Amino acid sequence: MVATLRPVAGPPRRYRFPEFHQEVLPSGLRLVTAPVTKLPIATVLVIVDAGSVNDPQGKEGVAALTAGALLEGGEGMDGAAIAERFEQLGTSVESGADWDSAFIKITTLADRLDAATTLLGETISTPVFPEREVERLRAERLAEILQLETEPRGLADEKFSEFLYSPDSRYSRPEEGSSKSVGGLTRTDVEDFYAARYRAGATTVVVAGDVSTDRARDLVAHAFEGWHPGSAPGSSLVTTPRSLSRSLHIVNKIDAPQSEVRVGHVGLARKNPDFFPVLVMNAVLGGLFGSRINLNLREAHGYTYGASSYFDWRRGKGPFVVSTAVQSEVTAPALREILHEVDRIRGERITDSELSLARDYLEGVFPIRYETTAAIASALATLVVYDLPDDYYESYRRNVHAVSAEDVLRAAQQHLHPDQLQTVVVGDARVIRQTVGDLLLGNPLVHSA
Amino acid sequence: MRIPVETFVLDNGLFVTLSEDHTAPIVAVNLWYHVGSANEKTGRTGFAHLFEHMLFQGSAHVGSNEHFELIQRAGGTLNGSTWLERTNYFETVPSNELALALWLEADRMGELLPAMTQEKLDTQRDVVKNERRWAVDNQPYGTMLEKLQELVFPPSHPFHHSLIGSMEDLSASSLDDIAQFFSTYYSPDNAVLSIAGDFDPREARRLVDEYFGPISRGAGRPPLPTMTLPPVFGRRLREVVYDNVSLPRLFVAFRSPVFGADAYYDASVAGAVLGMRKGSRLQRSLVRDRQIAADAGAFTFDLAKGTDLLVVDVTARPEIPVPQLEEEVEQEIDLFYRDGVTTTEVSRAIALIETDLVTSLQSAGEKADRLSMFATFFRRPELINEQVDRYHAVSADTVNALIAKRFGEDNRASLLYVPRDEVESEAALAVAAGAV
Repeated sequence: MVATLRPVAGPPRRYRFPEFHQEVLPSGLRLVTAPVTKLPIATVLVIVDAGSVNDPQGKEGVAALTAGALLEGGEGMDGAAIAERFEQLGTSVESGADWDSAFIKITTLADRLDAATTLLGETISTPVFPEREVERLRAERLAEILQLETEPRGLADEKFSEFLYSPDSRYSRPEEGSSKSVGGLTRTDVEDFYAARYRAGATTVVVAGDVSTDRARDLVAHAFEGWHPGSAPGSSLVTTPRSLSRSLHIVNKIDAPQSEVRVGHVGLARKNPDFFPVLVMNAVLGGLFGSRINLNLREAHGYTYGASSYFDWRRGKGPFVVSTAVQSEVTAPALREILHEVDRIRGERITDSELSLARDYLEGVFPIRYETTAAIASALATLVVYDLPDDYYESYRRNVHAVSAEDVLRAAQQHLHPDQLQTVVVGDARVIRQTVGDLLLGNPLVHSA
Repeated sequence: MRIPVETFVLDNGLFVTLSEDHTAPIVAVNLWYHVGSANEKTGRTGFAHLFEHMLFQGSAHVGSNEHFELIQRAGGTLNGSTWLERTNYFETVPSNELALALWLEADRMGELLPAMTQEKLDTQRDVVKNERRWAVDNQPYGTMLEKLQELVFPPSHPFHHSLIGSMEDLSASSLDDIAQFFSTYYSPDNAVLSIAGDFDPREARRLVDEYFGPISRGAGRPPLPTMTLPPVFGRRLREVVYDNVSLPRLFVAFRSPVFGADAYYDASVAGAVLGMRKGSRLQRSLVRDRQIAADAGAFTFDLAKGTDLLVVDVTARPEIPVPQLEEEVEQEIDLFYRDGVTTTEVSRAIALIETDLVTSLQSAGEKADRLSMFATFFRRPELINEQVDRYHAVSADTVNALIAKRFGEDNRASLLYVPRDEVESEAALAVAAGAV
């Protein structure tokens, strides 16, 4: 017989986000260091203000291609040699671009950090962007785009962005570019983008792990001494919605056993002052396993393996989206339940129990998020990219705790817009068109994949 | 670098591993039950995994879904997973909530059945069917695992059948099956419990005794049929799947030494030389130089019984015809078989694997999971500290000896995905759209 009485938690042990140090080196490059000595390992994360939002019109994908091509050849070293040298040190260097920044990242054993950082400096200070490798990366991206046609999850995400934002918004097009834009990119585009944006004043290097701040400063100053001075030009971003009234798009996949469903609208920018109320509100709505949307669609109805909602936080107004995949036959009832939950959280205060679940989870899970040097480095990069206050992590749990049920209701009423919901279903139009069309989500427009 | 490992066994057979680390106030609890899809009966494929879902549906003192709620309320993360030879359940919680995590695991190990109802089973069956649709049926190459198992293991072998199971078998499962499976496999003597992170060992031991001590030993797990297989297939195996995919993709599987065997480390390094990261053979040759592949890699399944599998995985570039994909991959393997690997290739692979091993130990949850794995398969969780040395003992000579035995033509099974020409005609689209 197992003990029937539930255990009561003891007093929590204190936790602090790792201490970190910030400074600007003479070149204008910003350095953030967080010595963490749990294991002999360290992460170096370079972020450059060269994300996909900076892609020139018609050249969508150049930010991602530039970040990738950066590692494909430096002075006296071709891409294969670069990969080989990093990997002989037991590390792989990764690079890429997301919406708001380009990144280059290595995680290495502490005793190889010097060699790896020096190599990183050699590699990225003088990239030569060999024609052949740029072409190859471009072709690989085109192959990826082609793959999406048969990959319902990715396709649904991409179509949702397309139908969510006005066509002149960078957010309406894929982060790494479309087949049309990528098809037209050249080595010159990459060189130009690099020359304009990869500057010391637009770069932050985060070093987290088993290394002192002094040592990290020496390594980074040396590795980046060839980095061009100056900063990257600003850019403007359009985030207007494509439609202010509901619309419904069905992307037809004949015989699809499930419908991939995305419902939402243009959300909020990361710096919105309601970040914490919205965070807690979304946790209750669809952010947790025990959220309303998941318990409703999965546990009460068995429509899906999982359903969730999230605000995609970016510098500009990223999407708010409810995302799930449901058995084709129940697409309409599942959508009805999603609409019901969006209405319900705007209609009345959440219960005390729901509030405490969301708050306690977000507060409690905080230390679990920062177990690795890579996670700590990425958290510190977030501070820089979104220009958050230095005490953001120190005050995070306090800010979560301060959110009340009234705040949640107000956040839901102010930031969820049922009248503007855009719905995208990737599924079999023959099976779902009629019933989904009856839901007042807008006249169904059927598209081919 | 060594992590501390302490073990003890309760009278009821529960094997317990503790590993202290006080750098952050968090603790991971991890349970491995030595049961997976291999233990299923004919006609009940997918049952081990369906059962994993049922373990979150409450037990004698825990309501349906309350396990999830209580852990999340405590600020913890949790889940479970099912594999061919084991099922695991795990939570990472703030360290002052260790008792809660242990109590929840003990309640469902000790008294699951009073909470089971037909309604819960029906709902979870629907959830799992949707998991199958999501992960297998509606996902490009999603059938790879079950097609490969079918191709490379003989029909009588416990690894032959699908892990997530067939829709028919899922529909046929009953509450009686649940009761029987539970009493057969979910007993303390068929489980390993690992606790890693910030805890006081005396207190942890006291809690384990209190919560798990009273649970009775099981009747003993029924033996698996013979798992042993010859080291090679003995002939060329090949299957072609015409599917709703955009690009041809070829998997080539080799029988390889079981997880934990000396030669396993040679195979693991061989796999890394072939397909780990950008500097690997397949990446360099097929992706970078010859540009016939959009992506290429290799991995091992890490099976501890019968035979392991090493799998090469190459996706073609759009313009590459299917026969060329097959030929070029075959040539790479032939070359690998004929010439073997160099010292430089081996050192690259080992350096990468070593960094990955250390990286993984940063997370309390991963550490606990590995301790459970070594304890389940070998009763020796301290093997976690020997892995780096095991890899350092591998040389080009030992890898080449492995290659000579395992990469010949008599040990290759190809599973080839070919895009099914399914261009949607304008007419079909018009019908679907109705009279718009």
